[in-house]
Amino acid sequence: MQKTKSKKRVKDTEEREVVAEVRDLVRNFGDRIVLNGINLKVYRGETFVIMGGSGSGKSTLLRHMIGNLKPTSGRVLLFGKDITDFYGPDLDEVRKKIGMSFQSSALFDSMTVAENVSLAIREHTKLEDSVIDIMIKMKLELVGLRGFENLMPSELSGGMRKRVGLARAIAMDPQVVFYDEPTAGLDPIVAAVINKLIIDLSKKLSITSIVVTHDMKGIMTIADRIAMLYEGKVLEIGTPREIKNSRNEIVQQFIKGEHDGPIRFFQQKDDYLEHLIR
Amino acid sequence: MKNPIAAVGRTVLDLGQTIIDVLALFFNTIWWIVIGPFKAKAANRRHIFEQMVFTGVQSVIIVFFISLFTGIVIAMQSAYQLKQLGAIIYVAPMVSISMARELGPVFTALVVAGRVGSAITAELGTMKVSEQIEALETLALDPVRFLVVPRFLALLIMLPCLTIMSDMIGILGGLIVGVFNLQLDPYRYLTFSFDLMTWKDIWTGLVKSVTFGTIIAMIACYVGLGTRGGAEGVGKSTTLSVVLSFILIVLFDCFLTGLFYFSNM
Repeated sequence: MQKTKSKKRVKDTEEREVVAEVRDLVRNFGDRIVLNGINLKVYRGETFVIMGGSGSGKSTLLRHMIGNLKPTSGRVLLFGKDITDFYGPDLDEVRKKIGMSFQSSALFDSMTVAENVSLAIREHTKLEDSVIDIMIKMKLELVGLRGFENLMPSELSGGMRKRVGLARAIAMDPQVVFYDEPTAGLDPIVAAVINKLIIDLSKKLSITSIVVTHDMKGIMTIADRIAMLYEGKVLEIGTPREIKNSRNEIVQQFIKGEHDGPIRFFQQKDDYLEHLIR
Repeated sequence: MKNPIAAVGRTVLDLGQTIIDVLALFFNTIWWIVIGPFKAKAANRRHIFEQMVFTGVQSVIIVFFISLFTGIVIAMQSAYQLKQLGAIIYVAPMVSISMARELGPVFTALVVAGRVGSAITAELGTMKVSEQIEALETLALDPVRFLVVPRFLALLIMLPCLTIMSDMIGILGGLIVGVFNLQLDPYRYLTFSFDLMTWKDIWTGLVKSVTFGTIIAMIACYVGLGTRGGAEGVGKSTTLSVVLSFILIVLFDCFLTGLFYFSNM
C-alpha cells in the first residue's frame, strides 16, 4: 500500500489542476466561531486528508465544501466554479460530479442495497433497467458486496453499510469523493479494509478523495497530503512525512495521541473551584 | 428570560419566521408540481402512488369506524331534541348536512393528521437526524421534490376521497338509528336526507378537506425536516406536528365555516 501511494505523490503540486479550493472561510454558529479563516487547495487525483480532534470543525468544513452549509464569510470553489452562492439546480449540477460517504452511512432505510446504489442513476439518467442492473453489480463488486443487492440496510453490519454508502457515492462516477469519518466506529480490520478501498477507488477510477478523519493509522496509509485543523484554523498542510516531522507541538501531540500537551481537554483546577463556589 | 418584553418580542419574531418558512415550503412544493416537471424533473409517480395507498387506502378502516359512530351519535342526539317538536324525520337531513359540511371533513382530517401526519413527521425526522436528507441533497436530489411533493399530492387527493366516504358512512350510521330505533322507512329516510342537501353542502366540505390536507402535509413535512437532536428530537417533532395540525385544522374550519356562512356562498 505504502509503495503505490508514495509513487503517486506528486511534488510539483502547483502545476496541477485545483479541483476544490477554500478561501478565507469563516463560519460562526451564534457566538461560537467554528471555522476561522480556512485556506486550502485540493489537486486533481490526490487523496487529501483533513485531520483534527473532535469539535475542531473538520466535518463542518467538509459540509461547506459540498455546499450543504454556507459560510459566514469566505469562498468555496469546486472545479473552478465559485459555489458559495449556488442554490437549487445550479448547486445540483455541481453535486452530480461529486460523491459523499457519510459518517453514519446515511443509507435510505426504506430502500434495498441496490435501490440505494442506483437511486441517483435512475433519477438523473434515462438508462434502461438492464443497464442500471449491470451498473449496480459493478459498483457493488468494487466494494466487495456483489450478491447483497436485495438486502435492506438494517440487515447489514456497520462495515457493510459503510461500503454500500461508498458504492452509492461512486454510483454516478464522480470526479471527487468526500469521506466523512470513513472508519469511525469500525474494528481495526474493517477500518483497514475501508482504507484500502479508498486507495483502490482513487487509483482505479482516478478519483480525487477528500477525507475527514482522526484515525491516525488510516491517515498515514491513505493520504497524499494532510491538513491539520485545530480550533477552526489550519495549523499545517503537508505530506504525511512532513506532518510526521512537524515541529508544531500540537501536531506532534495529536499524532502521538498524548493526553498531556498544548491541546487541553480539562479545565484548570482554579477554574473548577471558582466555578463550584460561584 | 430576564426581560419579559424581549421574550415576547422574540417569540413573535420566531412565530413570524416559522410562518414565512412554512409558506416558503408550500410555494416550493407548488413550484415542483407546476413548473418543476418542465424545467427539471417531476416527482416519481411510484412514490406518489405508494403515499396514496398509505394515506388513503390504509386509513379506510379507521375513518369507517369514526364516521359510522359519529353518524349514529348525531342521529340519536338530534332525535332526542327533534322528538319534542314532532319533527323526527328531520333527523335524516340533520345527519347528512352536518356530516357533509362539518363532521365528515373535520373528523377525517383529525384522524388522518393523527395517523398519517405523525408518520410523515417521524419518517422525515428520522431521515433528517440520520443524515439521509443530507445524503439526498448530496446526490443532487431535492428533498422537496423527492419527499414532500408525493406526500402533499397524496394528501391533497386522498383526503377529499376519504371525506366523501366518511359522509356516506355517517349517513349510513344515521340510517341505522332511523330505521331500528326511530322506526322510519329507510327509503323515505334516504330520500329526505338528500332532498334537503344542496351541492353547496358538498363542495364546501370538500374545500375544507383540501385545505386540511394542505395543512397536514405542510406542517408534517416542515416539522419533520426541521428535526434536530436524535430520537428525542423525533419524538418531540411528531408530537408538535400532530398538535399543530389539530389546532390549525380547527382554526381553519372555524374560519371557513364563517366565510361560507357570512358570504352566503
